Amino acid sequence: MTFDWPTALPLIFAGLMGLAILIYVILDGFDLGIGILFAAAEDAEQDTMIAAIGPFWDANETWLVLAVGLLLVAFPLAHGVILTALYIPVFVLLLGLILRGVAFDFRAKVPTERKHRWNRIFFLGSLIASLAQGYMLGVYVLGLDVGLGGMAFGVLVAFCLAAAYAAMGAAWVIYKTEGELQKKAVRWLRTALVLTALGMAAVSLATPFASPRIFDKWFVWPEMLYLSPLPILSALLFLWLWRQTFHLPKPDDRHSLMPFLTLAAIFALGFAGLAWSFYPFVVPDRLTIWQAASAPESLAIILAGTVVVLPVIIFYSFYAYRVFGGKATDLTYD
Amino acid sequence: MDPLILSRIQFGANISFHILFPTITIALGWVLLFFKLRYNATNDSAWMRAYFTWVKVFALSFAMGVVSGVTMSFQFGTNWPGYMEKVGNIAGPLLAYEILTAFFLEAAFLGIMLFGFRRVSNRIHTLATVLVAGGTTVSAFWIIALNSWMQTPAGFEMRDGVAHAVDWWAIIFNPSMPYRLTHMLLASGLTVSFLIAGLSALRYLTGDRSESMWKALRTGVFTAAILIPIQIFAGDQHGLNTLEHQPQKIAAMEANWNTGPNVPLVLFALPNEAAKENKFEIAIPDGASLVLRHSTSGVVPGLNDYPGNHPPVFPVFWGFRIMVGTGILMLLVSWSAAFFLKRRHSLPKPLAMLMVPMALSGWLATLAGWYTTEIGRQPWLVTGVLKTADAVGPVAGSHVALTLAIYLVLYVLLLIAYLGVLVHLALKAAKDGDNSPLPGVLNAPMSQPAAGE
Repeated sequence: MTFDWPTALPLIFAGLMGLAILIYVILDGFDLGIGILFAAAEDAEQDTMIAAIGPFWDANETWLVLAVGLLLVAFPLAHGVILTALYIPVFVLLLGLILRGVAFDFRAKVPTERKHRWNRIFFLGSLIASLAQGYMLGVYVLGLDVGLGGMAFGVLVAFCLAAAYAAMGAAWVIYKTEGELQKKAVRWLRTALVLTALGMAAVSLATPFASPRIFDKWFVWPEMLYLSPLPILSALLFLWLWRQTFHLPKPDDRHSLMPFLTLAAIFALGFAGLAWSFYPFVVPDRLTIWQAASAPESLAIILAGTVVVLPVIIFYSFYAYRVFGGKATDLTYD
Repeated sequence: MDPLILSRIQFGANISFHILFPTITIALGWVLLFFKLRYNATNDSAWMRAYFTWVKVFALSFAMGVVSGVTMSFQFGTNWPGYMEKVGNIAGPLLAYEILTAFFLEAAFLGIMLFGFRRVSNRIHTLATVLVAGGTTVSAFWIIALNSWMQTPAGFEMRDGVAHAVDWWAIIFNPSMPYRLTHMLLASGLTVSFLIAGLSALRYLTGDRSESMWKALRTGVFTAAILIPIQIFAGDQHGLNTLEHQPQKIAAMEANWNTGPNVPLVLFALPNEAAKENKFEIAIPDGASLVLRHSTSGVVPGLNDYPGNHPPVFPVFWGFRIMVGTGILMLLVSWSAAFFLKRRHSLPKPLAMLMVPMALSGWLATLAGWYTTEIGRQPWLVTGVLKTADAVGPVAGSHVALTLAIYLVLYVLLLIAYLGVLVHLALKAAKDGDNSPLPGVLNAPMSQPAAGE
């Protein structure tokens, strides 16, 4: 096979988009999850939980803008097809993101007696946004055009993704806090893990049956062999994390970041499974990444910028996380 | 219901709500940097108090801008898929560069700017403020480049009905781009200076005479007084540029129905498109010819040259007049306030009372200006390339109507909450005066009232 840019560029952009989505799901996953866990937290705990995500959530959400932006600029046809098919769920997602984003800021600036209201809105917005993302994932897996059964599946995935985000949130709280709240977060993590495992199993079982093409990829030798490490590794990581939750928090707070990293790895494995199943389609069984891609010269100019800027972005994102490393303290503007 | 008109209203509502907040953050970032640099230079804590009052407004406005901006990035696909299909090769890279070079920069350093004062050195904190302010401006650069390209497209060719880039320099620096960018950056500066002046005037009226109030008030008033004549000049140049490249827009702005010399400058009228005439017209003879061609016999384009291919006259005509009228009011108010502050070192009460509602004059003028230029581009989405009607998606009208209704309710509620918080922050700052715990000083207690403040 000879290398040529018109073939390579859409592939590179599919990879970049996948990376952006994965980073988004992991990063915004934990702050959406913390929003969901708000319902189970006391007032003072809520302030600490906000302090644990305050400096980051903006940058986290920017990865969603990048992912949607890459879909928009690299695969404009797919962007149109997917978003018009998911018109209402996308709207619900945006509603949730708007509510939680502003509630985050309002709760700290309104007179104290109104803070409760914005806390509730923060919880609701986070929950709605997570549910909408899960629903969209479920419907996308089934190929977008779905009947009532497909919608029901979407709802199931919605609750499981919300649980997965709650698990991420709990893992982040374990990393960023100490004392009672940290112990509470361990219990949250255990509950959320069960639902997360259920959700991943449901999506994994449904995906091959959504399309015969994917079924062949999964259950025909030798492709089966290439895929098999993904579910096996995921299951092992789940079990290991489950066992670990009984020993958390550890003396001297050792390994407090471990649950978060393990969950991120599980997300990455699940995501790789989806990518493997759908490749080379960007709209399942309808548009391949080459059919949906922009003109090569436009992709090339974006790639040139990306190659220069993305490492810088990753570098200063790490820097920002390092500045606010360690346990969360009260968040003040000074 | 017609999805086209509903989608247009929805996009208009979303982008109108969105633009309010970048208009504030673009210039407020630089004002905050100014406060910070003054503090660094003078060690006067009043500058830092002004900084901490306004950094909260910045944080809130930024959050409102981010969430409404995320909505925008989805709107292209949900409502206007035809847009990216036709001109995606041009719009895509411009949007991508905005995300890559601006959004991440702002978002990553915003955390340090807002909460990092005691975690990084003063120098890094100042740098973070520079990067956030720079990020907002770079963001404006890319999005204005794209919008201007839609107004006056250049540097591309059509192949199989799809726009392909030929010359990126010509695409980015298309004919109207430098004018529009200048006009918008100045508009942002004016919006922020009137906001600061207005809320400081509110503090002044409640009896606050603290140093931080004076510093903010003076910064707002003097910045406004300096920027407004520059803006009037820049706006005039922008108008001449529009005359050259989009004459039909000028014809609608002036409600001029027939091409010819000695065209009057219409001050007031109710343009009637069916009858092709103005009702209740009050006009200055030869005014438009004089303004646009610098000669009473100058020929001004009329709507008769563009039958069925010109924008709706009424909103463009009135949008333009509201913008210009607000601008003139801004000139009068800022210069009077500057006079009193400079010569009398005080502010007459009636003037202060006028300045409070003028806090939102920048928003009014910015919106009116954008309505003029955006409606003035119709029926085109991209002038000469793509009509708005051909870009709308296949979504059912009822879906668009439902989401539109919820967006509108949400935006109204959020605006009320936002303005409520601005007033609350101003009154609280007025009450604290110079007695608020000195922020940013190393011996201050490590934890001031939690995220609650």
